[in-house]
Amino acid sequence: MYKVAVLGDRDSIYGFAALGLDVFYADNQQKGREIFKQLTSGDTYTIVYITEQLAADLTEEIEKFSFKPTPAIILIPGVKGNTGQGMAYVKKSVEKAVGSDIL
Amino acid sequence: MASTQINPTRMELTRLKKKLATATRGHKLLKDKRDELMRSFLDMARLNRELRAKVEKAISEANKNFVLASASMNPQTLSASMLAPKQEVYLDVSYTNVMSVDIPVYNINTRTSDKNDIYCYGLAFTSADLDDAVSSLADVLPDMLRLAEIEKSCQLMSAEIEKTRRRVNALEHVMIPETKEKIRYITMKLDENERSTQTRLMKVKDMVLKNAHGY
Repeated sequence: MYKVAVLGDRDSIYGFAALGLDVFYADNQQKGREIFKQLTSGDTYTIVYITEQLAADLTEEIEKFSFKPTPAIILIPGVKGNTGQGMAYVKKSVEKAVGSDIL
Repeated sequence: MASTQINPTRMELTRLKKKLATATRGHKLLKDKRDELMRSFLDMARLNRELRAKVEKAISEANKNFVLASASMNPQTLSASMLAPKQEVYLDVSYTNVMSVDIPVYNINTRTSDKNDIYCYGLAFTSADLDDAVSSLADVLPDMLRLAEIEKSCQLMSAEIEKTRRRVNALEHVMIPETKEKIRYITMKLDENERSTQTRLMKVKDMVLKNAHGY
């Protein structure tokens, strides 16, 4: 039995608590990095949703997990709007596989 | 290709011929694997793109609702309302094998089966906007989990495709031509040896005949 974690600033993610996902509030990058490490080191969580704002500073860490079967790190837009970072990752994986973005 | 020293012997020749056969077979198999992986990857990547666009749009909508809700309530009540969630989401993870890539399949379980358990707060002190916001977020959740599944699969598959492509290229452009070249070198060397033996024998025969009969 795995659980699902959501990491981000309070305003963006507090609603996910009601749905039954585990929310972790991180208001600055420093704290986000610490919590991200905790979440990904154990095997309690198999999906970690992270807001694009926080993920912007954690690209290296996130890319490390893209080849491992667990956990899945998925970017979601925060309350401050969509930065397009999540879509950029999709493009990147297509580019990696095909050689250029053909979709 | 004289980059490495090769022994021009029959044993080496048989060994290299076997190696070439294995490499050619491996190359064909890996090429098939790459093609099939690519086909399923492209399907999945298209789905990933659509799903992500959909989820991002829906989450942005939900976020708007949450902003509305927080505007009409005081922050203390708002944070207190989310303190004790009734519902919990668990996932069972199983893996399916697509061309030797284990892609995850998430099976979603919730602690209670009641859909209304997502409203984990007293209705008296919270605004109706909050209910709307939570319900709009609950609508996205299945798509979000599906997105996680698809996106992870895409990442794993793209890594595998890259690896397979490198292997195919290494076999096609390095291993196979090099082995062929070595085989050619040994065959030529052996033929040359044979010819030189032949001429030597002929010469010796001439000399022997000359000595014996004086031809």
